[in-house]
Amino acid sequence: MEYEAVIGLEVHVQLDTNSKMFTRVGTGFGYPPNTLTDPVVLGLPGALPVMNREAIEKSIKVGLLLGCKIAEICKWDRKNYFYPDMPKNYQISQFDQPICEGGEVEIEMPGENPAKMGKHRMVELTRIHLEEDVGKLTHYEQDSLVDYNRAGSPLLEIVSEPDMHSPEEVFAYLTSLRNSLVAAGISACDMEKGQLRCDANISVRPVGTETLGTKVELKNLNTISGVRNGVEYEIRRQIRAIQEGETIIQETRRWNPDQKYTTPMRTKEMAHDYRYFPDPDLMPVKVDQDWVDRIARELPEKPFDKQRRYQQDMNLPYTVTSALCGDHLLCAYFEETTELAKSATKTANWVVNDLLRELSQANKTDELSEEPTKRVTPQSCPVTPQKLAELVNLIEDGKLTNNVAKELFPEMFSSGKSAAELIKEKGLDNQSDDVEIEGICAEAISNDPDAAEKFRGGKEGAINALKGAVMKATRGQANPKVVDETLRRLLASS
Amino acid sequence: MPDNSPIFKTAKELSSDLANGTLSSTELTQAMIERVDTVDDQIHAFLHLDKEDALNQAKLSDDRRANGKELSPLDGIPVSLKDVIAVQDQPLTAASKILENYRSPYDATVTQKLKHAGAVVAGRLNLDEFAMGSSTENSAYGATCNPWDLERVPGGSSGGSSAAVAARETPLSLGSDTGGSIRQPASLCGVVGMKPTYGMVSRYGLAAFASSLDQIGPFSKTVEDAALLLEIISGHDPLDSTSFPKDVPLYSQELDNVEQPGVIGLPKEFFGPGMDDEVRASIEQSIEHYRSLGFQTKEISLPTTELSIPVYYVIATAEASSNLARYDGIRYTSRSEHAQNAIDVYAKSRGEGFGPEVKRRCILGAYGLSSGYYDAYYLRAQKARTLIRQDFERAFKDVDAILTPTSPTPAFKFGEKSEDPISMYLSDIYTISTNLAGLPGISVPCGFTESGLPIGMQLIGQAFEETKLLKIAHAYDREHLYGTQAPTL
Amino acid sequence: MSEDAPMDIDYVANLARIELTSDEKTTYQRQLGDVLKYFEKLQELDVEGVEPTAHAFPRHNVWDEDKSKEGFSAEEALKNAPQSRHDQVVVPKVIEE
Repeated sequence: MEYEAVIGLEVHVQLDTNSKMFTRVGTGFGYPPNTLTDPVVLGLPGALPVMNREAIEKSIKVGLLLGCKIAEICKWDRKNYFYPDMPKNYQISQFDQPICEGGEVEIEMPGENPAKMGKHRMVELTRIHLEEDVGKLTHYEQDSLVDYNRAGSPLLEIVSEPDMHSPEEVFAYLTSLRNSLVAAGISACDMEKGQLRCDANISVRPVGTETLGTKVELKNLNTISGVRNGVEYEIRRQIRAIQEGETIIQETRRWNPDQKYTTPMRTKEMAHDYRYFPDPDLMPVKVDQDWVDRIARELPEKPFDKQRRYQQDMNLPYTVTSALCGDHLLCAYFEETTELAKSATKTANWVVNDLLRELSQANKTDELSEEPTKRVTPQSCPVTPQKLAELVNLIEDGKLTNNVAKELFPEMFSSGKSAAELIKEKGLDNQSDDVEIEGICAEAISNDPDAAEKFRGGKEGAINALKGAVMKATRGQANPKVVDETLRRLLASS
Repeated sequence: MPDNSPIFKTAKELSSDLANGTLSSTELTQAMIERVDTVDDQIHAFLHLDKEDALNQAKLSDDRRANGKELSPLDGIPVSLKDVIAVQDQPLTAASKILENYRSPYDATVTQKLKHAGAVVAGRLNLDEFAMGSSTENSAYGATCNPWDLERVPGGSSGGSSAAVAARETPLSLGSDTGGSIRQPASLCGVVGMKPTYGMVSRYGLAAFASSLDQIGPFSKTVEDAALLLEIISGHDPLDSTSFPKDVPLYSQELDNVEQPGVIGLPKEFFGPGMDDEVRASIEQSIEHYRSLGFQTKEISLPTTELSIPVYYVIATAEASSNLARYDGIRYTSRSEHAQNAIDVYAKSRGEGFGPEVKRRCILGAYGLSSGYYDAYYLRAQKARTLIRQDFERAFKDVDAILTPTSPTPAFKFGEKSEDPISMYLSDIYTISTNLAGLPGISVPCGFTESGLPIGMQLIGQAFEETKLLKIAHAYDREHLYGTQAPTL
Repeated sequence: MSEDAPMDIDYVANLARIELTSDEKTTYQRQLGDVLKYFEKLQELDVEGVEPTAHAFPRHNVWDEDKSKEGFSAEEALKNAPQSRHDQVVVPKVIEE
């Protein structure tokens, strides 16, 4: 009997806002414990929530990006349960009138090989709603510690339909979702900082059947590959269990990334009776069409749409577009450069090969840097779009060879100097002087009459010795094409 | 203590004395402290009084006055707060063991407004634990006694706030009203107590009981004084999303503006059996007085009256069960010593830290919201609430204010109702629907029983029509001033 | 509704995280049973087509601009904590497995 998996994902995204969801104390990662707190965050007697307008705006933006229906009216409900990371022992969330409904995420499956684009399809979404985040618990031998810095931060919960069927699809879904959200400035989506969290609901059923099997909720999936691995394990576990005659229990399980298996978890709220009711402290949100239209006008291009456009308009191959389109900053840089450069293809190659290499080396030393501004981005690196365009154009015009350009690039990156400046400094521009070349070629011929004789006699390969001499004399800077033409002309004429 | 001690005067009189220099805030605050020292052993209205801090505030007030600064009418006058309203660095126990050692790190908005007006914010006043009750017998720190008869309750939940004013321990106090918790104790203690329109006074800093019903309001000896305090504490607050953006008129300056006497509605459901005879007689006299002033009276009907008690208790307990979940032994409350693990901490800390009424209501509230019961209880009650609001809307088409007794009986004896929750709940029958509709209501003392127990009359106004309501209340109060009669202690 | 079954006081007390002594359970079960019986009046009411009251005076879009403000220091935040360590609140062991 063949089994197929049915997977739904609940992704929590921390919105990149200045202040928290229901109070104006600041948000952030890595601050000293309990310094991003106030009476509202701590749930002190008398504290009251006040909505953050920007969080709503960002939610609408995500909804539009993912093709959701934006609610005309949405409201807030209290989800009541007790846990030490919950300051009020209820979480303000949205139960029956969320900000967005429906929607879809475009995913790309791996192709036959890395150079080929895989199949695309749409994964359906159920809904998107806003809620507040909880604090952070750290467990020790005898007790646990709670830090409320994260408590109250705005969290967007994106719920997919049970519409995925393999760990690869799950991986593709998360990658695509993350790229879209980062490109739209919603969140940095760094899973290590808890900015993007994922729970999976997994069940299996015999292939060809419609009824869903018992679903298991899987938690503690802390990295994108962790999600894939955890899902993969759980699917295998369930299939094996069924094959051995066991029944799948509806439960919550925990992925253990080190031991690489899932184990049952004791649930937070035994009865899952959240006693939802409308929060009397908060007023509902009315979203008018003007607001939605304005946000829609400012929506960025989605990564896959961009990829398709590069392919169609600029004829860029898949290997290049897939390297570019996963990074919206790189794309912005690329587009700015192509406005000045004569070749989009050459520009793309420089960006995905040389620039990316230099950037990743520069950022290696900043491993533990938490501040995004400390990282070197395409926008902040010394090779500006203008400088790269200049480099590409010099090559296009034949004024600079590709080899030389490749050697110059690292120095451009470290020094911030332009190609033209470096060429001048190193005295490389002399070698483009045709008269000079003429002289050096003539000299090479007269210094090696043997080779010249052989060439005139019909031996093609003899020209190489002459070329080698010219290159040596010019320290490799001469344009090979020009050298070839000049030597042949001189050899032919004498 | 001599009867001409400043602590017996109205806030209006004190304001005048302070302004013309015949009294200093330090003298006044000193008089307050002496009075509390003298009588509070008998009354037990105060849970805490930081004397040093009070005198410091008084001194600062006197300094401001000496510097010729322009001062608010409340500057230098003591105002005491029900122990659920946050004052920075002062205790906030909510009369519960679970907050035994808690000190608020921030000020409530009303506290800030009082401080800004220069009032001497002094003293934490007793209440039914977490504002749940109608007699102050539910306090974990002992009951407060009615200054008119020490064997009787002062009412609740703001029993301490009411008794303190009645016993002349403070000229002004603030309480909170969720189902009548200002008006009923005001009536039982012979003072003025008012609940504003829902949203007119910020709830930021008020330990919440039932979020959609709670309001903070003043206690005083006269309607004039209540108006003075109300205009200081009212106003839109961006920290409270339920706060209404309405301008606050200077209520105290509007009271005597001659206006056409209007129509006073008398709801027939409030004048049926169950009302004490002496209460009835006193109310009838008040009605006569209004007629003599030229007011018309009209019988109206509020058919949903009887439902208001179950509706109130389903909604209030549901909201309370959620609001009180934060008192859990983890972050800032007392923690049980017997807890073995995190799950234990909650159940034991709350089991030990909450009194019986609080426990009952939290359990009842959780039940009304729980799976399978939400539709039948909470949702149904909120629908019924709409009908109650509509009753009032209809009535106010024809009347300017509604007059009722505040409480069916005068102050009852300790222990009389405490064993039977339903009987206690029924003592709120006249005040509860006002909270459900969000309307303003004021209790004005209107007489005494033969045995010398105070009786109160309630006036209910239209939403956001505090000025009109206060004028109508003042029209009675300025002729009678029952609140200025002091009990013998 | 309340005629169907008496309140399962163990279940509800657990939901509310309140530990009751067996005396309390007996007393409250009885008292709350009486209260619920009194609430039956609610079931007789005709609420067909009536909207529930969410707020006494409803408004929409009551919010703030996204400007951050200073909060507590760790010391202020933990002032009332029964137990703290490393600027965090100590809670008894949380059993998660």
